[in-house]
Amino acid sequence: MAEIEIKSFKKSFGSKVVHKNVNLTVNKGQCVGLIGGSGAGKSVILRSLIALERPDSGKILVQGKSVTELNEKELIELRKNTAYVFQGGALFDSMTVYDNIAYPLREHTQISEEEIQKKVSDILEQFGIGGNEALYPADLSGGMQKRLGLARAIVLEPEIVLYDEPTAGLDPYNTRKIQEMILTLKKRGVTSILVTHDMPSAFAVCDSIAILLDGEIKIQVQCDGDFRKDESKDSEVLRKFADGYKLEEYL
Amino acid sequence: MSVLSRKKTLPSAPSSIGRLIFDFLNFIGQFSLLMKTTFLQMFSKPFYGKLVIEQIYHTGLRSAPLVIVTSLSVGMVMALQFGIGLEKFGGKLYVPRLVSVSFLRELGPALTSVMIAARVSAGIASEVGSMVVTQQIDAILALGTSPIKRIVIPRVIGVTIALPLLVVFANMIGIGGALFVASIELGLDPLFFYKKLANTLELYDYMAGFCKTPFFAIFIAIAGCHYGLTTSKGTRGVGIATTRAVVVSCILIFISDYILTKFFWIIEQWMRYG
Repeated sequence: MAEIEIKSFKKSFGSKVVHKNVNLTVNKGQCVGLIGGSGAGKSVILRSLIALERPDSGKILVQGKSVTELNEKELIELRKNTAYVFQGGALFDSMTVYDNIAYPLREHTQISEEEIQKKVSDILEQFGIGGNEALYPADLSGGMQKRLGLARAIVLEPEIVLYDEPTAGLDPYNTRKIQEMILTLKKRGVTSILVTHDMPSAFAVCDSIAILLDGEIKIQVQCDGDFRKDESKDSEVLRKFADGYKLEEYL
Repeated sequence: MSVLSRKKTLPSAPSSIGRLIFDFLNFIGQFSLLMKTTFLQMFSKPFYGKLVIEQIYHTGLRSAPLVIVTSLSVGMVMALQFGIGLEKFGGKLYVPRLVSVSFLRELGPALTSVMIAARVSAGIASEVGSMVVTQQIDAILALGTSPIKRIVIPRVIGVTIALPLLVVFANMIGIGGALFVASIELGLDPLFFYKKLANTLELYDYMAGFCKTPFFAIFIAIAGCHYGLTTSKGTRGVGIATTRAVVVSCILIFISDYILTKFFWIIEQWMRYG
């Protein structure tokens, strides 16, 4: 069953048309990679899924509900269940690491402060940043900030996670850590979309990869087999993109 | 050549005026909408009492030194100016009444509000603007919470509670400064000064100034939040938002001051004479 459906999505910023006709379906438990050049509008698609942006036309269905037609209460429910991992972490810099993680728990659950404390400690340990509860985000390294952003996003155990370049600017160790976390969530049945330029990560965690070009999803390649040996044209295009060639020359 | 090409990019006068009118109407619309949303959401859960107390501390207690210096200095200068000016006509005895009425009705509320606008509105705009630039506002939304409830409402309530208290404080300090100068420089007996205040000041004098302050507070907080939330163009945008927040909140204070003074004057007349 489709968990996320984007149909005939169109979006412009002023006179600049970013999306002409985007169609994308993500089934339950699947991880779909969304790749494309810088400025192609990948993040705009992610932001539209939780109504941080509104499409000019088209439909966005998340768990069968049309995002643009939700009222304020329904929107809060959607956002509780659809985590967004920001590229820069978007951590609250005036709050400690502990308070950043505790924020969604305090806002959306009735659990006691002791339980919150236990949950925060557990998730920080799980993400390899335990013992830093009293620090502020600015005191952490880039990799730790990314992991903290991911930890905060999933602390409410959402069914859908949207990753906006979670491995950008990270060293290989932190990149692998993030990949492992995405795979762990995938094993739990979490549906996700991964926007990235990091092709090895996309190949490592995604079930399929969609290429966004000229405001449309041009191709969607399954990653279940060894696509590097796959001789289909779509896999060839993906290989070329991964090797740094311009997509326009092959599509 | 470069000068010529730069000239070409300058907008023509009609388009500049059109742009100004559009920006002004856009501001009025967005400002009113933010004010309406804030008041509508103020009475629904969740409530952030701790954040309100934090804001009272930041806008109230931490602004106290600025208010002390300003009101003390203005009170002292006014007493000196009136004293020297009126001495020629034998009117030195009117200094207590003149200074205290001026302070209570106008100078205390307006001066304190402008000082708070400069300090607090700028602080709010730069803080919220930085949150926009670093996507923290988006994160608040993405986590299923409301920036209006977490950011705007605590600041509006905080400033609305703190500013009237600061004005009370400023009135006392200002009149205290005037009393000091009147006794040291003008040779007026402090007891005479005090008796004059007690005999001539009325509750109306106090209320006419005090009742304006919640309106000024709302303008200060909403202007700061509005420009903070609409920040664009990165860190440069934060600077622009901060400047605009201060300018606009001061203009709003001055414009509304006249309207509110007139309004409370009518009410005062109605209460006095029916």
